Amino acid sequence: MTNAEHSSKKPKTVEAKWMLRLYVAGQTPKSLTAFANLKKICEEYLQGSYQIEVIDLIVNPTLAKDDQILALPTLVRKLPEPVKKIIGDLSNTERVLVGLDIRPIL
Amino acid sequence: MAKPNKKTKPAADGVLKTPTGIKGLDEITGGGLPQGRPTLVCGGTGCGKTLLAMEFLVRGATQFDEPGVFMSFEEKSDELTKNFASLGFDLNELVGQNKLAIDYVHLEPSEIEEAGEYDLEGLIIRLGHAIDTIGAGRVVLDTIEALFSGLSNEAVLRSELRRLFRYLKDKGVTAIVTGEQGERTFTRFGLEEYVADCVIFLSHGISQQIATRRLRIVKYRGSAHGTNEYPFLIDSQGFSVMPVSSIGLDHPASSERIQSGIPRLDTMLGGKGYYRGSSILVTGTAGTGKSSMAAHFVDAACRRGERCLYFAFEESQNQIIRNMQSIGIDLGKWVAKGLLQFQNARASLCGLEMHLVIMHKAVDRFDPAIVVVDPISNLVAAATEAEVKSMLSRLIDFLKMKQVTAFYTDLTSTSGSLERTEIGISSLMDTWLLLQAMEGSGERNRGLYLLKSRGMAHSNQVREFILSGGGIQLRDVYIGPGGVLTGSARLAQEARDKAESLMCKQDMERKRRDIERKKTAIEAQIVALRSELEAEKDDLDRILAEEKQRDETLASENLDRVKARQADTAAGLPTSSAKTGTGGRK
Repeated sequence: MTNAEHSSKKPKTVEAKWMLRLYVAGQTPKSLTAFANLKKICEEYLQGSYQIEVIDLIVNPTLAKDDQILALPTLVRKLPEPVKKIIGDLSNTERVLVGLDIRPIL
Repeated sequence: MAKPNKKTKPAADGVLKTPTGIKGLDEITGGGLPQGRPTLVCGGTGCGKTLLAMEFLVRGATQFDEPGVFMSFEEKSDELTKNFASLGFDLNELVGQNKLAIDYVHLEPSEIEEAGEYDLEGLIIRLGHAIDTIGAGRVVLDTIEALFSGLSNEAVLRSELRRLFRYLKDKGVTAIVTGEQGERTFTRFGLEEYVADCVIFLSHGISQQIATRRLRIVKYRGSAHGTNEYPFLIDSQGFSVMPVSSIGLDHPASSERIQSGIPRLDTMLGGKGYYRGSSILVTGTAGTGKSSMAAHFVDAACRRGERCLYFAFEESQNQIIRNMQSIGIDLGKWVAKGLLQFQNARASLCGLEMHLVIMHKAVDRFDPAIVVVDPISNLVAAATEAEVKSMLSRLIDFLKMKQVTAFYTDLTSTSGSLERTEIGISSLMDTWLLLQAMEGSGERNRGLYLLKSRGMAHSNQVREFILSGGGIQLRDVYIGPGGVLTGSARLAQEARDKAESLMCKQDMERKRRDIERKKTAIEAQIVALRSELEAEKDDLDRILAEEKQRDETLASENLDRVKARQADTAAGLPTSSAKTGTGGRK
């Protein structure tokens, strides 16, 4: 599933304003939860303008060093700058929103 | 001080060990760190944890062909590279050869938002990847505690750390984990809880404004280890620990004798000089010639072609060389030949242990036959008496183990007993010479006593010790009815004695001549008497002869008369003549 998503990058909107990367290690319950939570949040707040890339560190271990990944799962906001990191299974939506700097649109 | 609980044989006790290659540490641990297990190195700020850890990797890569991974949570790779370049470690080269991997883990709490459950699988993957890439056998985590300040969920951290260490064990890598010293614990976050196999504690103590770094093995599961605090040194060659406290009393004893450089002193020392590998102490008040004796000893050794190491705590090399020239000893040429090396340092330059470490290193490097420490009393400036004594006993043991003959000088204060060393180490010494100033008739002279010399029949005599342009000379002191005299008093007394004896001699001569004369006179008398006697004897003979003549004449006249009277033939001629003869004699 993760691998499939990795390649699909689902919502291929033309202008992906938000570039998000989710680092996981295999299909652990935590990574599945994280992905599901991320999906939910993005659909709710960033509909149409986001792009999620899932990176499995078991497949690409070098990226752990290059991107300074420590805890898993880690969500990295590549765009918009500055880069931000959120760790955990993203179950705390409030903190995810703070971390991604998304203000609920009124 | 010396504890006998040290094992020198590596891996003698079941636990497999990975040699660190760090000087001294392998000896204390009995072969190295536990193989395939993590070791905790803890201590305060700036006590050398990172250095110890890095040297472990560098030595592993260069000496034992075992690549290593350095995971840094504090310093960036290029900072590390720069810092270790000053110690002569070229990290970039090792990284280039795939013998070392440096991974800097950047942790900035403000950049990380925690939203839900997480684990440290990322870290483990990273580490695992680095280990697998270069085939590392050694791993350093410096300082993993940074995680505690970077991440807030301590419960997760703790369980993850446990998992990490288990992972390292499973991987079979020998790891060093560093940790900052906590207030009452070895590490601030209780890392010792997870790393239970071996704990090394580094400290940086300051006493009398002099800092000394020390290392202690708090725990080593399944292995004997030295338990003392061992001083260590960080210098341009890296880390070195001195397992000095572990030296025992099993040093060899040589029966070879070496000359002291002063022939008369050799005579006092049973005729042959000091024992090789023994400890010689010269004590004395200021200006009694202690250093000069040391210089003689060094000179004699250099002449034999032996190497000498001179630790001077009071004078500079040039000063010593100049001063010794005044008594006819040229130490400069031995320095030029490489047989003599000076190590000049003020005693207060560093702590005592550090001095010891420096001395150890110097002795190991130079490999001398003779070591001079001039003077040991100065070391008190760096520490208390008890510490100096313990340090010196270790130095003595160390030098004895190496069969190095050690020559110590000690300045005693003028007050108090002279037969007492400042540091109370005389009992550790094999030969003890005392130089004493003898005052009298307006001058100070030097007296040399041989207080003790183990294992030889030594002289009990006081000698006058004279420093001349030709070196040290020993003279018998004047001991006579006038008491013990030295210097000009001795000379005067000797002159007086000489005059006296001359007079005595002349007297005797005169008496002898008198007797001779008498003898001659008496002999002459004897001759005269004898000739008188001869003369009288001659007279007597003559009288006797005349008488005989007369008798004979008488007898013949009688016979004639008988013949003439025609006497009866009563008797033949002979009979009558015999009768008459007899009668005539009467």
